[in-house]
Amino acid sequence: MTEIGLGHYLTLGAVIFSIGVIGIFLNRKNIIVILMSIELILLAVNINLVSFSIYLDDLTGQVFTLFILTVAAAEAAIGLAIIVVYYRNAGTIRVEEIDKLKG
Amino acid sequence: MAAHAIFFYVFSIIAVISAIMVTVSKNTVHSVFFLILDFISISCLFIMIGAEFLGMIMLIVYVGAVAVLFLFVVMMLNVAQQQNQWFNSKENSGHIPIGLIISTIIFFELIIVVGGWKYKPELSEPNTTQLSNEISNTHSLGQVLYTDYIHVFQISGMILLVAMIGAIVLTFRQRVGVKTQSYIKQISRERSEGIEVLEVPSNTGVKIDD
Repeated sequence: MTEIGLGHYLTLGAVIFSIGVIGIFLNRKNIIVILMSIELILLAVNINLVSFSIYLDDLTGQVFTLFILTVAAAEAAIGLAIIVVYYRNAGTIRVEEIDKLKG
Repeated sequence: MAAHAIFFYVFSIIAVISAIMVTVSKNTVHSVFFLILDFISISCLFIMIGAEFLGMIMLIVYVGAVAVLFLFVVMMLNVAQQQNQWFNSKENSGHIPIGLIISTIIFFELIIVVGGWKYKPELSEPNTTQLSNEISNTHSLGQVLYTDYIHVFQISGMILLVAMIGAIVLTFRQRVGVKTQSYIKQISRERSEGIEVLEVPSNTGVKIDD
């Protein structure tokens, strides 16, 4: 128990990834929480990459984590801009009321 | 080693609990705050494991920029007090078992991947860029980031630029009926159209501004 290895970090990443997936599936509230769940999933991926990078003695994982951070920031900015525009046009961002493509 | 274990368990338990609270909390503002707590504890884990630069960058980028962006949007859209209904509403409860089943399957798949790697570690590729003990983490990251990964680095800069322009274009709106300064008109004003020199005859005055 006291010896923390790679498996502990990977398990933590798996737990946070699963919580993010649960958050996407179960959310009935607004779409901002879904974006936050996506951020959680990207965070879990970052945990996996950094822990592999440290325990395999390879720096490539940390470099890749930097790029994932960049993409996550860009995705959050674009997603929030889309949400703001949608709220301005439709007046709501509740997930169950966003059904225009349903036909 | 015991200290490492204690810190790992403390930070990971905080991270997992706050990740759960992000998804189940009724108030969206509370969700954002739990997201911040999650990022802080994970960056503490990164610093502890030896990736100091990434831990600091996580703090700056996520806590300083992304979470504040989320807070701004939550406050702008007035959705903070919308109540969460998926625990007590009847018609939406079919999503809960499906989501739980799928995420449990994903969790056990990830655990199987971890186990498979643990029992067959020679499957991993030989490493190309080794960690070094002489120079710091930031220094070694900089050495590979600006040499081996320079094209990827510049492409990620382009991604940020496109994201910035896209966000501005999406949310920009031209409001009509608002009196604003026209800078071009103001700057291109000449002396000849601004003032006029008149000979004023006595006892008649000048008619201004017809």
